[in-house]
Amino acid sequence: MKPAPFRYARPATAAEAVALLASAPGEAKLLAGGQSLMPLLNMRLARPAVLVDVNGLGELARIEPGPDGGLVVGALVRHSDLAASPLVRERAPLLAAAARHVGHTAIRNRGTLGGSLAHADPAAELPAAVLALDAAVGLLGPRGMRRVAAADFFRGLLSTALAADELLARVIVPAAPPGWGFAEMARRPGDFALAGVAVTLGARGHARIVGFGLADRPLRLRGAEALAAAAPRDPTMPARAGAAAGADCDPATDVHASAEYRRHLATVLTEDALREAVGRLGS
Amino acid sequence: MTTGLTPLERLRIRLAVNGAEVEREVEARLSLADFLRQDLGLTGTHVGCEHGVCGACTVLVDGRTARSCLLLAAQADGARVTTIEGLTPAEGLSPLQEAFRACHAMQCGFCTPGMIVASTELLAAAPAPSEAEVREALAGNLCMCTGYVNIVRAVLQAARAGAASPGR
Repeated sequence: MKPAPFRYARPATAAEAVALLASAPGEAKLLAGGQSLMPLLNMRLARPAVLVDVNGLGELARIEPGPDGGLVVGALVRHSDLAASPLVRERAPLLAAAARHVGHTAIRNRGTLGGSLAHADPAAELPAAVLALDAAVGLLGPRGMRRVAAADFFRGLLSTALAADELLARVIVPAAPPGWGFAEMARRPGDFALAGVAVTLGARGHARIVGFGLADRPLRLRGAEALAAAAPRDPTMPARAGAAAGADCDPATDVHASAEYRRHLATVLTEDALREAVGRLGS
Repeated sequence: MTTGLTPLERLRIRLAVNGAEVEREVEARLSLADFLRQDLGLTGTHVGCEHGVCGACTVLVDGRTARSCLLLAAQADGARVTTIEGLTPAEGLSPLQEAFRACHAMQCGFCTPGMIVASTELLAAAPAPSEAEVREALAGNLCMCTGYVNIVRAVLQAARAGAASPGR
């Protein structure tokens, strides 16, 4: 369980990191928190020739207010810091809540927002949260920065729009609606969720309900969204939308849970997360 | 310290381990856990699963817990690392260690260093934790003897005895 040999670089700037990726086309991997990549290296499921350690890029570790009441979060922000940040808790509390559910303390101390999004595990919390927040990512490559909406970023199992010569630099979160909810089911605290749901809800006509652990990527539960957006304050809405969420997904059976159980979780967790969100809408 | 634009297979690192400055040349792929054990002889950090699941190799890096099997020694360049040896007084036991002994919170002892390191971080942040908080803080540390009940008791007893003292 030791990694195969590789060459290691620790650049000081994002531009240097991109230059390093370009100098070893297709052979280099970025190393951020390492909580997903290092196990893959130790098990030799990944054998990059070059590892570009981005932990020295202080420019990517900042959390800043966005001009429109939103946030710009650097890709290197650790889950512990995301969860504790007063600015994140004020402007995108869903993101802070999702970060608290990632792994264990020691994992949250190292793991990064950008790393979680780039890894794109379908059962991960943060990809679902950024999709529910209608966020976008800034991808820095040899031709500069491009912006990709979260809706276009996740392409499938561990697969994203990030090119091999690009670095996920930041996450741009727009001003969030007042209602939000988050619910997941994991067998033990810190385990990957069997399934979970992240919700943003507005007082009029806005609902984004995103399931995780239910498909090969974070999945918008559109039937549930339509019911929630149409009648956010109707007391029967969470239960009706929950039932719709079960029909919105087609989850898989694996060693951890059956498809039927995951569908049941989609229903129950959507209802729970919506009740939370409605409670936060105010009057 | 950065490497600039030249990726290296071996590099020189400098870090503080348990308060002492250390400088060594290491292979880039060497984990911090193996560096501590093999290069520095600090075998109190135990290596269990080597993929970040068991928590036996937990150490403090700049005051926060980290899995030393998921960190390269090269990444600890410039950092302040504290291992179980650094949490142990020159004579006798720390209050947390004493509580583990008194509560029979170790059976085979393999998970104990990781449990102590994780508990140290918890008690620094929450000097009087609830049982639920202790259980959550230790959820990432597996005890294959399944001695969790006594481990949780020990941490709660240590908290009552005011064990939230910083490590070196």
